[in-house]
Amino acid sequence: MDIILGIKLNDSVLIATSKAVTRGISVLKASDDKTRNLGDHSAMAFTGESGDTVQFAEYVQANLKLFSVRQNYELSPKAMASFVRKELATSIRSRKPFQVNVLIGGCDINKETPETSLYWIDYLGTNVELPYAAHGYAAFYALSLLDRHYKPDLNEEEGIKLLQLCNKELSTRMPIDFKGLRVKVINSQGVKEYDDLTAL
Amino acid sequence: MSDPSSINGGAAVAMVGKDCVAIACDLRLGNQSLGVANNFEKIFNYDHTFLALTGLASDVTTLSEVFRLKTNLYKMREERSIEPETFANLVSSTLYQKRFGPYFIGPLVAGINSLTGKPFVCGFDLIGCIDYAKDFVVSGTATDQLYGMCESLYEPGLGPDDLFETISQAFLSAVDRDALSGWGAVVYVITKDKVTKRLLKTRQD
Repeated sequence: MDIILGIKLNDSVLIATSKAVTRGISVLKASDDKTRNLGDHSAMAFTGESGDTVQFAEYVQANLKLFSVRQNYELSPKAMASFVRKELATSIRSRKPFQVNVLIGGCDINKETPETSLYWIDYLGTNVELPYAAHGYAAFYALSLLDRHYKPDLNEEEGIKLLQLCNKELSTRMPIDFKGLRVKVINSQGVKEYDDLTAL
Repeated sequence: MSDPSSINGGAAVAMVGKDCVAIACDLRLGNQSLGVANNFEKIFNYDHTFLALTGLASDVTTLSEVFRLKTNLYKMREERSIEPETFANLVSSTLYQKRFGPYFIGPLVAGINSLTGKPFVCGFDLIGCIDYAKDFVVSGTATDQLYGMCESLYEPGLGPDDLFETISQAFLSAVDRDALSGWGAVVYVITKDKVTKRLLKTRQD
């Protein structure tokens, strides 16, 4: 029941993830970080089978880092998403597939005007570019809310407002306390991290 | 419920007209009942040969990339684009290579042979058995509805404009009776020297 949300704004992408680690009936941790940076201008949020998630995220992170060091060139968010998709698509037909769903938010700084994008990728290797996205049960609540309130030309402040609206809805409708949302803001300047959405 | 070919939903159809062919697909990508994206096109073209892929979205992407690779290699070796008939055999053998662990897709091929000028459409099952047709082929989660609509609306020898009207009406009516398909549609009308792509306005439920 982890929550991961992504919203694409006019010149940035927001990624919000729940801070709770839950096992059975217990909440084991209230300060978890379900994201990894894939480069200077992109981040990936992940949910799924515990163990698989961090293992997969750091595997992808390390391989993309290796590529950027070898080639002295950072892949575009689109290329990163394509790489992650292929890893998951090959994994699903293996003996023990990674059960990981991810969102990738990034800013392509090699375009003449920096271009932000958000990718929704599931454990089957389904990859789509979306204006706003979520995985799991949270998607049912958050997406209908975003369908109503989303506009493509929102700025960072308005985007945060929208996330707070999602947070409020999820807090009232989700059956367990997910311990708030951690937020990453990705734009042409890089990735900014905020420990809690409510503090913004 | 967890049948791979109906997790994401989607539908496609191709029809033959007089010196033209048309191919259409919807734009929905879902996760069971939840609609995720309304910009997921299922038609790909390799020069003048068109391929529609319905079924498991992951395999749709994978195969569209596999065929991009194979048609590019073909083009370099042969110094010409692949013809629809040849491409159909390429699809068939590529799918049969995965006979005991198949891709969960339902492909359609449409195009006009650039040498003979003959319109060509065909469909496949997931392991590559070719279904040659002289009228129309259908695929996806709205297969039953599409057969019904095509059987009643289709007539042979239609020109490009009439063929567009026929395929669009058949496709829209079929897709509106399927919960897993719809959310927008695209229609390609292909003649010997022109390809027209049209986006259809559809119900958004």
